[in-house]
Amino acid sequence: MSADAHEKLIYMANQISKFFESKPEAEGVAGIAAHINDFWEPRMRRHFFEVVDAGGAGLRPLVLAASAKIKRPVPETA
Amino acid sequence: MKDFIIPDRDFGTPAAKSKAMVTLTIDGFDVTVPEGTSIMRAAAELGISVPKLCATDSLDAFGSCRLCLVEIEGRNGTPASCTTPVAPGIKVHTQNAKLKQLRRGVMELYISDHPLDCLTCAANGDCELQDMAGAVGLRDVRYEKGENHFEVRNTSGEKNPNWLPKDESNPYFAYDPAKCIVCSRCVRACEEIQGTFALTIEGRGFDSRVSFGAKTDTALTSDCVSCGACVQACPTGTLQEKSVIDIGTPDRSVITTCAYCGVGCSFKAEMRGDELVRMTPYKHGKANRGHSCVKGRFAYGYASHKDRILSPMIRDSINDPWKEVSWPEAMEFASNRMKGIIAKHGRQSVGVITSSRCTNEEAYLVQKLTRAVFQNNNTDTCARVCHSPTGYGLGQTFGTSAGTQDFDSVEQTDVVILIGANPTDGHPVFASRLKKRLRQGAKLIVIDPRRIDLVDTAHIKAAHHLPLTPGTNVAVVTAIAHVIVTEGLFDEAFIRDRCDWDEFQDYAEFVSDPRHSPEATQFLTGVKADELRAAARLYAKGGNGAIYYGLGVTEHSQGSTTVIGIANLAMLTGNIGRPGVGVNPLRGQNNVQGSCDMGSFPHELPGYRHVKNDQVREVFESLWGVKIDNEPGLRIPNMLDAAVEGTFKGLYCQGEDILQSDPDTKHVAAGLAAMDCVIVHDLFLNETANYAHVFFPGSSFLEKDGTFTNAERRINRVRKVMAPRQGYADWEVTQLFAQAMGADWHYTHPSQIMDEIAMLTPSFAGVSYERLEELGSVQWPCNEKAPEGTPLMHIDGFVRGKGKFIVTEYVATDEKTGPRFPLLLTTGRILSQYNVGAQTRRTENVVWHAEDVLEIHPHDAELRGVRDGQFVKLSSRSGETSLRAKITDRVSPGVVYTTFHHPTTQANVITTDFSDWATNCPEYKVTAVQVSPSNGPTEWQEEYAAQAEASRRILAAE
Ligand code: SF4
Ligand code: SF4
Ligand code: SF4
Ligand code: FES
Repeated sequence: MSADAHEKLIYMANQISKFFESKPEAEGVAGIAAHINDFWEPRMRRHFFEVVDAGGAGLRPLVLAASAKIKRPVPETA
Repeated sequence: MKDFIIPDRDFGTPAAKSKAMVTLTIDGFDVTVPEGTSIMRAAAELGISVPKLCATDSLDAFGSCRLCLVEIEGRNGTPASCTTPVAPGIKVHTQNAKLKQLRRGVMELYISDHPLDCLTCAANGDCELQDMAGAVGLRDVRYEKGENHFEVRNTSGEKNPNWLPKDESNPYFAYDPAKCIVCSRCVRACEEIQGTFALTIEGRGFDSRVSFGAKTDTALTSDCVSCGACVQACPTGTLQEKSVIDIGTPDRSVITTCAYCGVGCSFKAEMRGDELVRMTPYKHGKANRGHSCVKGRFAYGYASHKDRILSPMIRDSINDPWKEVSWPEAMEFASNRMKGIIAKHGRQSVGVITSSRCTNEEAYLVQKLTRAVFQNNNTDTCARVCHSPTGYGLGQTFGTSAGTQDFDSVEQTDVVILIGANPTDGHPVFASRLKKRLRQGAKLIVIDPRRIDLVDTAHIKAAHHLPLTPGTNVAVVTAIAHVIVTEGLFDEAFIRDRCDWDEFQDYAEFVSDPRHSPEATQFLTGVKADELRAAARLYAKGGNGAIYYGLGVTEHSQGSTTVIGIANLAMLTGNIGRPGVGVNPLRGQNNVQGSCDMGSFPHELPGYRHVKNDQVREVFESLWGVKIDNEPGLRIPNMLDAAVEGTFKGLYCQGEDILQSDPDTKHVAAGLAAMDCVIVHDLFLNETANYAHVFFPGSSFLEKDGTFTNAERRINRVRKVMAPRQGYADWEVTQLFAQAMGADWHYTHPSQIMDEIAMLTPSFAGVSYERLEELGSVQWPCNEKAPEGTPLMHIDGFVRGKGKFIVTEYVATDEKTGPRFPLLLTTGRILSQYNVGAQTRRTENVVWHAEDVLEIHPHDAELRGVRDGQFVKLSSRSGETSLRAKITDRVSPGVVYTTFHHPTTQANVITTDFSDWATNCPEYKVTAVQVSPSNGPTEWQEEYAAQAEASRRILAAE
C-alpha cells in the first residue's frame, strides 16, 4: 500500500485519539475503537492494521491501545 | 365574471395573540375574537370585507387611506376600522349612506391622481385600487384634471415636474411612480417583514413619494436586497414583477417549496398554461410565513436556461466529445459499464452520491440503489461537507442529530448566540424573522471572525461581537462554559433533572480549569476576556437563550467538538425543551436535512440507524429481498482515495458537483479521472461532468413531485407544476437505471416511495402524502406518539434519556500560519448566489455578484501593496488561484475571506484536505494563505478552463 494512504490514516486515527485523550483511559480506548468500527469501512481498517502490524509507528499510544478492540475486516470474497 | 386564481384571503390586519376573547356585533352579526383584534379583522372573520387600501394582514395597521371607515353606535365620527380595536358589546356598521359617500369621496381623490390605463396595466385584474373603485361604486370623478403625478406632459406639452420615470434597474421588478398611491405598504413591508429599511416616503402631502434611500439611488444601487416583500405588499401595479409585465397575469397556482436553502420557504408557483409567471411566497407556509428572499422569489430562470442539457449523453473516454443518445441507449451504456466494473473489481468498487438538492424520495432511491442493487454501503452526500458534525455532536449529547426548534421559536427568544453563520446571506428569510425579534428587544451575540451584517445594521446592533481567530471555536465555546460554571450561572435544577449529574461534575471540573478561562485563551482566540465574560453572562441569565450556528462551526477539524460544546452550553443553562431556546443548526442546501434522514451516509440506513445493527438490517432485508452489508461503506474522500489506489471504479453522482464543492480540487480531479465510469445526473454540465462518461439530464424542482425537509425537520411538499423538460423526473431516471442494473422496481409516483420510507423508518411512520396534504407540512418525528409531528424536541427528556456532557479539549488545527502563508482564509456565501452557483449564476442574480472577491483588511493590503479591485494571487500549500481584492475592515487583520460561487475562482484549489476528526467534514473555514498582487488568472485556472472547455464539447446530432 502506498505510504501516502498510510500517512493519512495515521493522521486521522491520531486526530480521533486527541479527542478521546481528555477522557478517562478506559473510556478513551473504548471510544476510539467504537468510533473506528462504526465509521471506517473495511478497506480503511485493512490499511490501518497494516500499520499496526508493522509496529504501529506514528500512531498515538491510545490508538495502539484501542487497536485490540478494533474489528479486523474479513477479507473480501465477492 | 373573472375566474382568477382565488387569492389568499386578506384579513386586513395581523391576528391578535391575546387569549382573552371579546364579543361584539358587526352589521347585526355577533362575532367573538381575541382582544386587540381590529374591527376590520373581526369583520373579515364574519366574511365582511371592509374596503381598504393601506391595510394588509402581513403588516401592522397604519390608518392612512381612510377608506375603511365604519360607524360605532354611541361613538362620534367614523373611525378607521383597521386601527380601531374591538371592544366588548360595541355595535359596528360597515355600510350605510354616510360611509358610502365618504368612501366614494376618498376613492375619487385617489383616482383623480391615477392614470386610467387599466386595460394596458400589468396589474389589470390583480389590483386592489381597481377592486376598491368597484367596491365603493365609484362611477365618475368630478375633479378637473389638475396637478398630478402621472402625466408626462400637460395638454400644452409642458413637462410635468411631478412626473418621475420608471425605475427598471432591478432585474426582477419595476417601480412606476406614476401609479403610486402612497399607501406606504411597501415601506412598511421593507421595515417590518424584511427588516432592510431600503425604502422611505420622502416629502409630505401631495409631494410625498416612495424612494429607494437617497435621491440618486435606484432600486439596484440602494440597500434593497430584492426580497420582493414590497412587491408583494403593493396594492397597485406600481411595484410589479417584470415577468408579469412580460407574460401577463397567471391563471392557476400550485403550492411548492423553494429549492435553494435550508429555510424551506413555501411558494405559490403561479402559472399560465405551462409557463411559470411568478413565484410568490405562500402566506400559510410555516417556515416563511409569507416572506421570501431574492433566490426563491425571483431566481428560477435557470430552469429554462439555454445551458440546460435535455438529452442523455455518453462517451467512451473523458477526452472524447459528448454524444447525445436516447434514454434507453444511455441506460444500456451506463449499466453495461457498471456491470463490467462489478464483474471485474467486485461489488465494493462502485458507489453513489446522493444530493441535498434533490427530494427525499430521490435521495432514498439513490442510496437504495447502492445498498440493494450494487449491494454495498458506498453512499455519501455533500451534506458531509457541511453538517455531518451536527449529526455526530448532537447525536452524542442529545441522542439525535435533529435541530431542536421550529423557526417560530425565535419569536420567543431573548438572547441569540449566532456562531459561524451569516443568516442575512445564507438563510435570508430566517434572518428577517430574527431581525424582527431583535428589533423587539432580544439581544444578539455574534461569534464570527468577520463582522457580518447583523453585527451592525439598520435598527440592530449586536450586544457582543466576538471576532475570534478562525479555528478557535472550541476554545471560545469552552471559555464561555468556564465562565458559566465558575461564576455559578448554570441551571442546577435542570441539570440534576435532565442530565447525568456525575458526567456534569466531570465536565464542570474540566471547564473550570484556569487554562480554559477567557483570560488564558484570549491570546489564542483573539477574543477579549471581558467581552466574552459579558456575553456568557448574558446568555446564561438573559432569559430564553437560543444558539443558531452554521458552517463556520462545522467546517473545521474540530467541527464535531464545537457542536458538542454548543450542546453543552444549552444543557448547562437549561436552554432546551421549550419555545425560544435550543440548538439550531442552519443547514445550507435545501434538503441537507432530508438527504441525511434518508440514509445517505455510508454507515447509516434511513432514520440514522447503523448498518451494524442486525434488527434494523433485517427490516430492510425482508422488504427489499436482498442481503445488506453490515460494514460501513466509503465516504466521498474514501471513494476518491480508493479510486486513486485503483480499487474504486464507478460512481453515480446525482445533483452534486463534487469537483467544485469538495475540498482539494486537485485530489477530487485525480480521483474522478481514475474511474472507469462516472455518471453525472444534473441540470447542467457541471464541473464534475468534465470527468464523466455518462450524463443523465436532471429535472428541476418545478418538474417533479416529492418532499424536501428543511432545517427545522419540516417535511414540505414539492409539487410538479410542469412536465419534465427532458422527459423524466429524477426519481424516474434513478429507477430506469436501477432497472437496467437488474432491479425489480416499479414505483409510479413518489408517494409510494414515501410510503416505503414510512414503513421502514420509525420517525417517519406517520408521514404520507395524504397527511402532508391535510397538515400542509409536518416536522419529524411523526408517528403514533406524535401524529401531527414534533415542533420542539426534548420537551420532557432527551431522546437519549439523560443529556450527556462531554469534555471538549481544544486541539489546534494543523493548518497553521507561518512565514510563507501568514494569513488565514475563511470562506462563506452571499445572498444572491447559492452554493456552487450552478443555478444562480444562470439567472439575473449575477447583477449583484458577478465574481468572487477576496476581502482583505486595509492593513494587510497595504503591507502587500494590494489596491482595491486589483487582481491578487491567493496561494496556500495546496495550490493557488487569483481573484479581485476588496479592501474592508469587516475582516480582522490577519484574516481574509472569500465566497466560492464561481468555478473560475476555484477557491477550493486553495483549501486543504484537513477535516473534522469525527466525520471528515472538510476544514473549509481555515486555510493558511498568502496574498500578492497579480495580473490575472493563474496557470491552473487557465489549464482548468481549457480542460473544462474541451470536455464540454457535444457532437452535433447526425
Ligand atoms: S425588495 Fe425587499 S429589500 Fe428591496 S425594497 Fe422591497 S422589501 Fe425592501
Ligand atoms: S409603491 Fe405600491 S405599496 Fe408603495 S406606496 Fe406606492 S402604491 Fe403603496
Ligand atoms: S430563504 Fe431560502 S428557502 Fe426561502 S426563498 Fe430564500 S433561498 Fe428559498
Ligand atoms: S385601510 Fe384603514 S386606513 Fe387604510
